This record gives sequence, C-alpha cells and structure tokens, in this order.
Amino acid sequence: MSESQDLTGTGAAQGGPQPGERETITLINVREGMFGARGDTSGYDLLVKPVQMPGASERPYGEWFDGVVDVLEELLGERAEAAIEHVVVDRGELTLHIAREHLLEVCSYLRDDQDLRFEMCLGVSGVHYPADAGRELHAVYPMQSITHNRRLRLEVAVGDADPHIPSIVSVYPMNNWHERETWDFFGIVFDGHPSLARIEMPDDWVGHPQRKDYPLGGIPVEYKGAEIPSPDNRRQYR
Amino acid sequence: MTQERTAPHATGAFVEDPDAPEYSAYGGDWSEIADEAARLAQQRIVVNMGPQHPSTHGVLRVMLEIEGEVVTETRAGIGYLHTGIEKNMEYRTWTQGVTFCTRMDYVASMSQELVYCLGIEKLLGITDDVPERASVLRVLMAELTRIGSHLVAIGTGGNEMGATTVMTTAFIGREDTFRVIEMITGLRTNNAYIRPGGVAIDAPEGAVEAIRAMIPLVRQRLDELADLQLANPIFKGRLQGVANLDLAGCMALGITGPILRSAGLPYDVRKSDPYCGYETYDFQVPTSTEADAYSRVVLRLEECYESLKIIEQCADRLEASVGQPVMVADKKIAWPAQLTVGADGQGNSLDHIRHIMGESMESLIHHFKLVTEGFKVPAGQVYQAIEGPKGLLGVHLVSDGGTKPWRAHFRDPGFNNLQALSILTEGGQVADVVVAIATIDMVLGGVDR
Repeated sequence: MSESQDLTGTGAAQGGPQPGERETITLINVREGMFGARGDTSGYDLLVKPVQMPGASERPYGEWFDGVVDVLEELLGERAEAAIEHVVVDRGELTLHIAREHLLEVCSYLRDDQDLRFEMCLGVSGVHYPADAGRELHAVYPMQSITHNRRLRLEVAVGDADPHIPSIVSVYPMNNWHERETWDFFGIVFDGHPSLARIEMPDDWVGHPQRKDYPLGGIPVEYKGAEIPSPDNRRQYR
Repeated sequence: MTQERTAPHATGAFVEDPDAPEYSAYGGDWSEIADEAARLAQQRIVVNMGPQHPSTHGVLRVMLEIEGEVVTETRAGIGYLHTGIEKNMEYRTWTQGVTFCTRMDYVASMSQELVYCLGIEKLLGITDDVPERASVLRVLMAELTRIGSHLVAIGTGGNEMGATTVMTTAFIGREDTFRVIEMITGLRTNNAYIRPGGVAIDAPEGAVEAIRAMIPLVRQRLDELADLQLANPIFKGRLQGVANLDLAGCMALGITGPILRSAGLPYDVRKSDPYCGYETYDFQVPTSTEADAYSRVVLRLEECYESLKIIEQCADRLEASVGQPVMVADKKIAWPAQLTVGADGQGNSLDHIRHIMGESMESLIHHFKLVTEGFKVPAGQVYQAIEGPKGLLGVHLVSDGGTKPWRAHFRDPGFNNLQALSILTEGGQVADVVVAIATIDMVLGGVDR
C-alpha cells in the first residue's frame, strides 16, 4: 500500500493542505476554471482546484466510535495498523478505510464479535475517482448493527490497474448481487465471489458504465429550430 | 478499460447439451409441449418464466429447473429495466435528481424522494433546519405511499392467484390515497414533491378535510381485503406454509421489511433510527413468527392500519401548523418559487413571476442561478436509510463540492430481497413460485434502476 500512500501525498500536495487541517485521504476531483465551461473569457479559466474528501480524524472520535475502533484494533492485534488505514468521522458517520488484504478478517470480526455485531452489510457502492491516482476505484460497504443499532462504513480503495478486492460473500451472503452490480458498473473484481457475472447489463456488454470516463450517451434533440445537446454535452455548471 | 475475462454468464444455459429440445410456449399449446416431452421421456425440464410474464411484477426473468411439478433450481435474471438512473443523476443538479429517483420503484415513489432528500440534507448539514410542517407533509406522503405499495403487493398477489376481486378492491383503495396525493402534489405518482430542504408546495386549503375523508374509505377497503382473503380456505391453502424463510435465512440474505418482520424481528428504521420526527408519532410495528407468505399478507394489512393511524396524526398536525413554512429559510438552498396550477398546467406561481420579472432584478438573478446552476453541496459522503414499504431503503451520496452528485447509489430493498427467490422456491411446487414472487414484493424499476 506504500505506493498508494505516496500518491495520496501527491494529491494532498497539489491541494496545499492548510496547517491544522486533517490529513487528506481521497482526492475526489480536480476542478478547472470557475464555471465549469472551458474557454470562458473571465480569466478564471486557469484556476485549478483539487477537491478532497474530509480527511482522517484524531481521537477521540466521539459517540460510540472509539469503542468500536478499540474492539476492532484489539481483535486485529498487530495487524491493526496495516488493516485500518484511516478513521474518518464526518457528519456524524464513521468511515473505516480498510486495506483490501484485511477486509475479510475485518468483516468477520464485525459480524461475529459480540461488541461489534454488525449483522448486515447493506451492499457495496462503487465510486470512481479518476483523479485519485493509484486509488481510483473505491468500494464502500455500509454496515448495519441491529443489536446495537449502529451504522458504520468500510471503504476499500484499489487502483484501476489492479482492481481486485476479496469478496465478502462468504461472510455476508447478502452481498452476492451487490458485488455483481459493482463489478458490472465499475469493473471491480471481487475475488472469491461464487459467480461474478454481470447483473444489470447484458452478459456481452463492453465496459463498465458507471465509471466517470464512460459517456452518458444520448443524442441532441431539435426543439423549435434550436438544437439541445445531450445531457453530458451541455454546458456544465459544476 | 475492459478486462479480458472469461466472465460467467448470468443468463447462461443450465444444460450443456446443445441438442436439448427447446419449446416456446405462447399459451394454449401446453398439451402439445407436454405430449412432446412425454414422447421424449424427459423428466427434467428447464422453464424460462418471463421476462414478459404477468406474474413477475414487470420484467423479471425466472429460470426454473423442474422435475414434474417440483422446482429443483431457481435463478432470477434481472436488468431488463435498467435505465441508468444513478448515472443520469450525476449529470443533473441535486434538485433535479429528485425527478430521477422517484421513477426507480414507481410504486413507492415518495419513499425514494424522501431518502434522497434526507441524504442531501445530511450532506448540507441542514437536517435540523427543515421546518416541522415540511416533515409532517413528508411523513404523510411516506405513509400514503406505504399504503399504496402494500395494496399493490396484496392486490397483484391476489390477482396472480386468480382472485381478480382482490386486485380491484386493493386498487380502489390505492386510488383513494392517490386522490389525496394528487390534491397536495399535483400528481398521482412520480411526484418530485419532496425537495432538498422541504417540500415543493404547501398543502392546499381543504387538504386536511380530504385526508380525514380518505381514512375511512381506505380502512373499508382494508377490511374488505381482510374479509375476502384471510379466512378463505383456498387463499390459506395457497399461502400458509409457502415461501418460508426463517430469521436465520433473513439475516444471512440481508432481508428487511415485512419479510424480516414475518420471521419475528421487529426491525423498523422508523423506530430504530427515526427520521422526520417519527419518534413523536404513535404507531406499532406488527410482527409475526410464522415466516410464511400468509403471515406477510397479514403484516402488510396491519401495517396499512398503522399507517392510517400515523396519517390521522399528520392531519391533526397539519391543521395546527397552517401557514408555517414548508421549505428551509436559507435562500441559497430553498427553491425560489412556489408552484401553482394555471390554465396551462402546473407551474411557478404568478406572484413569483411578477416579482422576479417586474420588481426585483436581484430576485431574478437569484432564481436563475438556483434553478439552472443549483446549490453547491460541501464535499463528502453520507449514507441515509429509511423504512421503505419493502424494507430498508438506503442511499449513498458522494459530493465533490459541486452542484451535482458525484455518485448516488440506492440500496433498493427489492434488489436485495429478490436474492431470496431461490431459497423461497426450491423444493416447492411450480405454482408456489408465483406466490414467492408476490411475497417478496419487489418492483423491477427499483431493482434495476
């Protein structure tokens, strides 16, 4: 993971982290210009502004978050440092960034330990961050504990060149179709999945449609003599 | 970008034998096919049900391997109604996204608007700023939607078993809920009524009376449905002990909603993680321990009665809060115009048009900026869950600090629950497959998005 750490550092350097700010983890996007449209005459066209996810949090995390992280660290023992890359608390929600090698172990602890007991994984949501070099594809797992009435989020980041994440279907069988969907839409390969087939797109579809470099498609429409471009070709106010 | 893999095929053939005989059934030709199968002495038959089959709630393809009347293997093929809603939402403003997500599970439109808007509000950090009257209207809409969705589940479920009266009765009751929804939002379904920061328009005069008039009508339909079905020996014979899934199975498959509650776990997000002030309403979460299709019909009916209780309380609160705002006070987020119905249909209120076109240049600029560009949402991600009619409905939203979602992903309860189809049907009769599909109560628009 050292490579991705370095690249994260590069991303942060671009953004120019302000002193006292939290350590940045995910570079969402690099905005250019002020208004989204290229070639405007305002002079703001050359503006380059990286956008970061809220960075890593320091202890105490607040609420029940410290307890859960403590238990997890205790169970992982000496592997805790490598497994839990970052802990982020933002908008009252806990996110644990997990190294993919340790994902299965973390999941089985989350499910089985009586102090954690996250019985349900609410699926896996892929997110594509093309600007986050070496960590372009993120898999986000919302976990629900019915026993303790808690929810947390696991996030696993992998590079576009090696988009492999271990499947957690052996621990959370409910994630079967969710992983197929994320494979289908993002091209993340969930190793060990019982049958990683496409689920929404046809079997012979080429490409992974939810990636940012995959066009939305659509055709221009003529309306009363004016041509309205397709949605992804319209002037964007980002 | 594309990985060269020998990908397994979701819709691949069960049988490797290329010479296996194939039949296409169009109805009325069953005896010929049966005779032919008998002639070939084939016991093991693979049946493709759907994707255009009236009992599959839309476009679900079910692949059944049967031996005689017994199902030995079931696979569900989905994706026939995939419309790229999540991808499309990345190209529209946060507000426009409401009109997309409302079309996913089109039987429970408003639930999806609600979870999406609650997610945006959490991202914006304005959850506590949403006016109380807006929350009451949201709860009202969510509960009307719940009744509508449950009535469709019960009604179509009955219809698929040949009981057309069950369907017509259920749909009449659903129409009563639609009259109130239409009176308040202007539309029966796909309302785009719940907006980030509040709701699109306040309830008109007479809405409270209309709600109060609706309650006994719907209650009467629910009574009728209960009378028609629950003691009926054929109904009981078809549903009792069919499509069983115990609590262990539910937990393994992440099942939520009426199916989970029929297995005895009273898990309801409205109680465990209340939103929109649900903790202040008086209602019960009905459960059962039978874990079969029959108990789920009973639960859905009971939930409708509980929803009517909530709607009664909403009517009281609406009466008490007349004139209060239904949108956040922050003008940088609140949609600038109220809607009205003109001669040419629904549109912006004429007072607002007069104001921006004739009186205030700043208001015009503000309107233009907010409507075309939208509001910016600070970078970050949230997960929001609500109790949809079909189970836990979740949304994962990622913002890059712009005016459009970077990613919007919905956890449709039907998508997750449909995974249980195999375990609900394998080992049972072919006729029970239809019951199992009805008891899952997924809507393919939501499953495929």
